[in-house]
Amino acid sequence: MSRTARQDWDVVVVGAGGAGLRAAIEAREQGLRCAVICKSLFGKAHTVMAEGGIAASMGNVNEGDNWQVHFRDTMRGGKFLNHWRMAELHAREAPDRVWELETWGAVFDRTKDGKISQRNFGGHEYPRLAHVGDRTGLELIRTLQQKIVALQQEDLREHGDYEARLKVFQECTVTRLLKDGNRISGVFGYERESGRFFVIESPAVVLATGGIGKSFKVTSNSWEYTGDGHALALLAGASLINMEFVQFHPTGMVWPPSVKGILVTESVRGDGGVLRNSDGKRFMFDYVPDVFKEKYAESEAEGDRWYKDPDHNRRPPELLPRDEVARAINSEVKAGRGSPHGGVFLDISSRLPAEEIRRKLPSMHHQFKELADVDITAEPMEVGPTCHYVMGGVDVDPDTAAATGVPGLFAAGEVAGGMHGSNRLGGNSLSDLLVFGRRAGLHAARYATGLTGPGRPAVTDADVEAAEAEALRPFSAEGGGAGGAGGAEGAPGPAENPYTLHQELQQSMNDLVGIIRKGPEMTEALRRLALLRGRSRRAGVEGHRQFNPGWHLAIDLRNMLLVSECVARAALERTESRGGHTRDDHPAMDRRWRQVNLVCRLLAESDEADPLLGLIEVERRAMPPIRGDLLALFEKDELMKYLTDEELTAP
Amino acid sequence: MSYDAHFRVWRGDASGGELADHTVAVNDGEVVLDVIHRLQATEATDLAVRWNCKAGKCGSCSAEINGRPRLMCMTRMSSLPPGETVTVTPMRAFPVVRDLVTDVSFNYAKAREVPAFVPPPGLAPGEYRMRQEDVGRSQEFRKCIECFLCQDTCHVVRDHEENKTAFAGPRFLMRVAELDMHPLDAAAETGLDRKRAAQEEHGLGYCNITKCCTEVCPEHIKITDNALIPLKERAVDRKYDPLVWLGSKIRRRGA
Amino acid sequence: MATGTDPQAGTAPAAGGAAPARGGVNHPSRAAIGARHLRPDRWWLAPAVTAAGLFAFVVYSTWRAFANDAYYAAPYVSPFYSPCIAENCVPMKGGADWEVFGAWWGLSPALLILIFPLGFRLTCYYYRKAYYRGFWASPPACAVAEPHAKYTGETRFPLILQNVHRYFFYFAVIVAGILTYDTALGFRDERGEWGHMGLGTLVLLANIALIWAYTLSCHSCRHIVGGRIRTFSKHPVRYRMWGWVSALNARHMLLAWASLISVAAADFYVYLVASGAFDDPRFF
Repeated sequence: MSRTARQDWDVVVVGAGGAGLRAAIEAREQGLRCAVICKSLFGKAHTVMAEGGIAASMGNVNEGDNWQVHFRDTMRGGKFLNHWRMAELHAREAPDRVWELETWGAVFDRTKDGKISQRNFGGHEYPRLAHVGDRTGLELIRTLQQKIVALQQEDLREHGDYEARLKVFQECTVTRLLKDGNRISGVFGYERESGRFFVIESPAVVLATGGIGKSFKVTSNSWEYTGDGHALALLAGASLINMEFVQFHPTGMVWPPSVKGILVTESVRGDGGVLRNSDGKRFMFDYVPDVFKEKYAESEAEGDRWYKDPDHNRRPPELLPRDEVARAINSEVKAGRGSPHGGVFLDISSRLPAEEIRRKLPSMHHQFKELADVDITAEPMEVGPTCHYVMGGVDVDPDTAAATGVPGLFAAGEVAGGMHGSNRLGGNSLSDLLVFGRRAGLHAARYATGLTGPGRPAVTDADVEAAEAEALRPFSAEGGGAGGAGGAEGAPGPAENPYTLHQELQQSMNDLVGIIRKGPEMTEALRRLALLRGRSRRAGVEGHRQFNPGWHLAIDLRNMLLVSECVARAALERTESRGGHTRDDHPAMDRRWRQVNLVCRLLAESDEADPLLGLIEVERRAMPPIRGDLLALFEKDELMKYLTDEELTAP
Repeated sequence: MSYDAHFRVWRGDASGGELADHTVAVNDGEVVLDVIHRLQATEATDLAVRWNCKAGKCGSCSAEINGRPRLMCMTRMSSLPPGETVTVTPMRAFPVVRDLVTDVSFNYAKAREVPAFVPPPGLAPGEYRMRQEDVGRSQEFRKCIECFLCQDTCHVVRDHEENKTAFAGPRFLMRVAELDMHPLDAAAETGLDRKRAAQEEHGLGYCNITKCCTEVCPEHIKITDNALIPLKERAVDRKYDPLVWLGSKIRRRGA
Repeated sequence: MATGTDPQAGTAPAAGGAAPARGGVNHPSRAAIGARHLRPDRWWLAPAVTAAGLFAFVVYSTWRAFANDAYYAAPYVSPFYSPCIAENCVPMKGGADWEVFGAWWGLSPALLILIFPLGFRLTCYYYRKAYYRGFWASPPACAVAEPHAKYTGETRFPLILQNVHRYFFYFAVIVAGILTYDTALGFRDERGEWGHMGLGTLVLLANIALIWAYTLSCHSCRHIVGGRIRTFSKHPVRYRMWGWVSALNARHMLLAWASLISVAAADFYVYLVASGAFDDPRFF
């Protein structure tokens, strides 16, 4: 029998960002015992990087806003590929989730009459983003963290133990979901600090692990974003959808090289910042696509008037959805009109007084000052696209966040797919975390409540031992000459440095499955991924298990390779351009493709002997038709751009 | 532009360790964390270091560079004296785990000892009304990224392990100040006096306002001037000030 | 398992209820680095300059306070000797020489009044930092280990008395008021006629401006004026005043030094004039 330590909890949440913490709070408030597992320290999750705000149609700044308008904006932003039910729930529930944060101690910026202030953002018709300067994500994570502490203080009073019903296991990585038959029975993982393995037995697991950005070279994502949840779900038999849609944020830092990719918040544009090329031209006016022609200003004068008088003017095209702006910047740079370091200029200095810039965008001011020696109150920033967010994720039920096909598995936040369609609007991420985090926690709790006692799924020793062996493989990986048991696992060859493999993976994805894609390049990407997968079996590490980053990376490589293959395969399959998926060889949007979701699954039988063969199969699935009353929110003219004639004439 | 820099990095664990010498390439615009990563990818693949965002927003990569507590991701190589050895060690106020990683559990334990925000009774979610000028002070403190550099540099615990039980440290005294200045916190209505707690439970009196916490704060929060001293003054209000005492007596009689 | 609040295995102090080992950066749980600090910069410079500056002032003011001589040269009075409240004061025309203290006091009258500004500055939040660092090395500089084996801060006697800063602030306002009066008297000539201005008038004027700026920039003042209010929007006037005091307060250190130097300079100027070493240039 395995000597791995075991614990028993009702609900396990993997990930302690916005979605994970919100899920944990909900499960605990339902009266269940909930464990949260996170790779970093508690409170350091990637959510802190979110800057702009939380989209919620509270109507504090413009009373015309309501959930229907928010729903409409979300569907437009996602080019109608969003799961309509998720977009509906999201738009309806977001205001409650924001107000709830206030009762937990969040301190948002205020309007003159003391309500939560809301700011403009790309793709949102009204000022909608609740914010705290440009550090909204930090406020969100800290508020949830402090709410968890508040619940723990309550438990101390009632049970004499802070961790009686809610416990955070920090700096732990989950490497496998464990199952009993097809049902979830727990998780297997290791503590980063000690390297010790552990098993938590639990009938319900909520995945809230965020995204996959670390598979790309230029990214705004932190090291944690290795697609763990995506891969865990695949390996447990769940499926992923929409994986071809990767959002490249239009404005990341481009210089100096060591900070390339770090995010420059969209609020810079929301608050008046403009994009210019090396000729000093506001080029975005040349890139307004037909579907958005009526909604955006045609002249600089009109765009500038909009900031003061949004009811009688149209917004400037700098505030188009992110995919449009990212592509435009990419084209300008390719056409030779870029900035010295290969980006374009984002200028706020000529638009707002220095004092106001420092007040509204303090962390941007700080970030450029400290990292690039640029004073944004006096000179323009250089920016370019950076991998920011994956729209694709675990295929879930919209209402319950339950993963399709694996009872007991739930997913919320970036790791879940469907909500944002082919492109996410800024600000919709934080609200997504809260709305679906809560739903995942609630339904995981309900599911687990029914599974106490003998009906509870069990963890088998064999599964635990297999997981242990898998996790330990990097220590026994050795070059062909030296021999050793581990060498037999992979193809013969020298031991590989995991950092080198990771860099090669990032380079391949960036070059071949990046912002602009071509069929042959993606085929090449799949070939390289297969080779990397073969080599990754020989990824070896030195030292011991205590806080060994080389080992951690060797384990994470499995996940990055799996999700990268999903992205490349799905992207190769979808022969159109839409949202976060742009094909040079299929530049137009095709209404027939709107009806199709691409579903990725692990191949039932993969031929391990031939490493060039993939592990993932992609399948087409029809989108569910949008409910009539929701369709009625749009003008017929607009729908014609997205929906096929048959869909429009259907009763 | 690239040059070779000489680094001394502390390697070891709780049983001991030493400063290891390395010569590493440094490129234009790089920060100390970039150089540590280069070391990791080349000659020391098992070098333990915490980091996350690499943009000064998460507060994970706290360490001591040339003897001063700093974030590795926000310390540009060009800000260090050229040609001189760069010494990187773990934070020295906390138990070491391995290499540059320390056990920061002290801070999480202290966080739990500060009673949470008490929502005002009778106000439903969505009914909170606060003016910007009323939330400004709390907002400054909520910029904190919990890098724990202030906790690390504070001599009260850095130089006196035995004070760790009695002293919450600047970060969590600031948290008390944040809640005490929150316009809608209803702690007082439940009988909780945060000012008294600051002094009696969280060790406010240990602070001798020597301002090292403010000096190291990467978010430039004026911890001493805006949180700790006002908190001390608030504690004085209820204990030592004769005029405030007189004023409250008169008002009580008048009422 | 690692939960963030459980100390990690191996880093926890030995179990068994024994008191945790004393010590600081060389405590056995911390990274084994022998040096008290690893700062290569001249960290000792700032505390050394501070200590030297404060020491120089203490020497000068002690000499002047005990001198009991050359502190009045009509119409100027040294700020060290005002108000003069013992019978042995030299008479000052219309000045603040109130003989409330009687005749039994034989020492310098400066000693009676200097207690108040001295107490104000001694308990001042800036000067506390300066002398804790400069004189007591607690700590000498950030991340430089202090030499003391034990530290209780301001939790017990005598340092708990630092909390009386508030009282001294009230007195400091009174003293500043009297010095303002003295300065106003500087616009009279030695015969008591208004419409005079000499270099001494300007010296006193500059001094009192700095004294007021320092006094009003005090942290206690900032608190009393508005800092203690929870909801600023309900007290717009006090909020605005708090904003002004806060702006001054941000320069408290600068004002502390400037006013310290100006008060010594004003005294020295009066000394020069009173002792006849210098003739006060007269503008009108």
